[in-house]
Amino acid sequence: MVQATAPSEVFHVRDLNFYYGMFRALRGINLAIPRQRIFALIGPSGCGKSTLLRCFNRMNDLIPGARVEGEVLFNGADLYAPEVDPAEIRYRIGMVFQKPNPFPKSIFDNVAFGPRINGYTGDIAEVVERALRRAALWDEVKDRLKQSAYALSGGQQQRLCIARALAVEPEVILMDEPCSALDPAATLAIEDLIRELSKEYAIVLVTHNMQQAARVSDRTAFLMMDESRSGFLVEEGETEEIFANPHDKRTEAYITGRYG
Amino acid sequence: MLWPVLGPRLTFRQRLGVRKTLGRAAYVFLLGTTLVGIATLAALLLDILLDGLPWLSVDFFTNYPSRHPEQAGIRAALFGTLWMAALTALLCFPIGVATAVYLEEYTSQNWLSRIFNTNISNLAGVPSIVYGLLGLAIFVHTLSLGRSVLAGALTMTLLVLPVVIVSAQEAIRAVPDAHRQGAYALGATKWQTVRNIVLPAALPGILTGTILAMARAVGEAAPMIAIAALVYLTFTPVSPLDRFTVLPIQIFNWVSRPQAEWQGVAAAAIGVLLVLMLGMNAAAILLRNKYQRRSEE
Repeated sequence: MVQATAPSEVFHVRDLNFYYGMFRALRGINLAIPRQRIFALIGPSGCGKSTLLRCFNRMNDLIPGARVEGEVLFNGADLYAPEVDPAEIRYRIGMVFQKPNPFPKSIFDNVAFGPRINGYTGDIAEVVERALRRAALWDEVKDRLKQSAYALSGGQQQRLCIARALAVEPEVILMDEPCSALDPAATLAIEDLIRELSKEYAIVLVTHNMQQAARVSDRTAFLMMDESRSGFLVEEGETEEIFANPHDKRTEAYITGRYG
Repeated sequence: MLWPVLGPRLTFRQRLGVRKTLGRAAYVFLLGTTLVGIATLAALLLDILLDGLPWLSVDFFTNYPSRHPEQAGIRAALFGTLWMAALTALLCFPIGVATAVYLEEYTSQNWLSRIFNTNISNLAGVPSIVYGLLGLAIFVHTLSLGRSVLAGALTMTLLVLPVVIVSAQEAIRAVPDAHRQGAYALGATKWQTVRNIVLPAALPGILTGTILAMARAVGEAAPMIAIAALVYLTFTPVSPLDRFTVLPIQIFNWVSRPQAEWQGVAAAAIGVLLVLMLGMNAAAILLRNKYQRRSEE
């Protein structure tokens, strides 16, 4: 089922409402996410940034009572159509989490996990090396691939998680506050990596750090929550425009630190 | 207490003295109660050692029971115990782990799973003789397995299964959800996540629980008396359908004889049983410590 969306868009969100049981966490979201660019979702805590991000790879399906209304189109096809298998969606759309979450396995096995479970039959060592190189981690770990992933520093662990996501050759990478558990040096390394990766992938980045959104992203969407704590989209546009010349007073208040 | 009587008339320094004395008294009391348990255990071990050590020899392990104390051995009981423990482990490990995985990973928290969980905990509290009689009725008679090792192991499986399930559930629950999310985010199915991420991470905890359950099975006398009966066997099992006896039954048998020599023989067998159980507990602790350290790296 292909619907009319611009080919330059990877995701198109139409009238999205999202519920946790009776609680509406998102209301009336309309958004287009372009290819090969970095799209930042910013907003105060609890405004539904992460929930929206998890609508893009159906991670919310894992939460009992979670429910989606409206449409999320991925390459023009409805992500929530009944014939769509969430496992395939998650295979094509990679995700990096807030806290580095390497598996309690070796560095090699962490990166090899995705290709293995998806039945990759080629040279797995080659896939692992390519993914680690693209995540700018290869030179630091090439002599100790058999070591536990827990022997790495926090920043290295997060790059390992990025490599793990890259190893299955996704089309998009979703990042949920990937630097919030890292120190400034590790944060800069990840930000450089995100910019580098955006040449090949569409990246959706959730961050509560406005400087990070301003430094890294091409486009930015600002979300807030209303009186009933439902998240909604305030405005969205080119990052420079949003930060230099926001149309909405609430956006201006938030980015200048006068929020709340 | 002392306070209203002494309190108002004393100086601060004197009251401090009273408080410190009370603190020392509490320390002595707590130490004393701890020592009651430890001293009893030490006395027990010492007594068994003194009584049993003269009777321990290679022959004691290789001889069958005998009418003559100096020729009596635990061969039949030791082999029966090992057979029973091995079969029980083979049966209860897969059933227990599968049940725990189902309850933790596949059911959502609803009234049905709460009923399951509550009843599994209740089953762990059922007296072991009840399991023995249940096994006698079902396995020995209804299924016509006779008084065989298999019937004993099946009964013991029922007895220790709740312990295995609960410890496996705890081990599975201790696996961080972030690991599961990481696997799902790579396109893993539920079973792939369970098989490749959850179970390997939970395995040390599951094994520890299973070994402790086995240690309990090895020491249980009541259900085995119902299944194996008090018998005088001069062979060791060679198949799961052979008759058997276990160490606790053999000990019970010897202890109940009037002649003093048998008390020594029984003490030697108790010593062997204790070493077996302490060894299993030590293995469980070592395993847990080893993997705990690894996961903290």
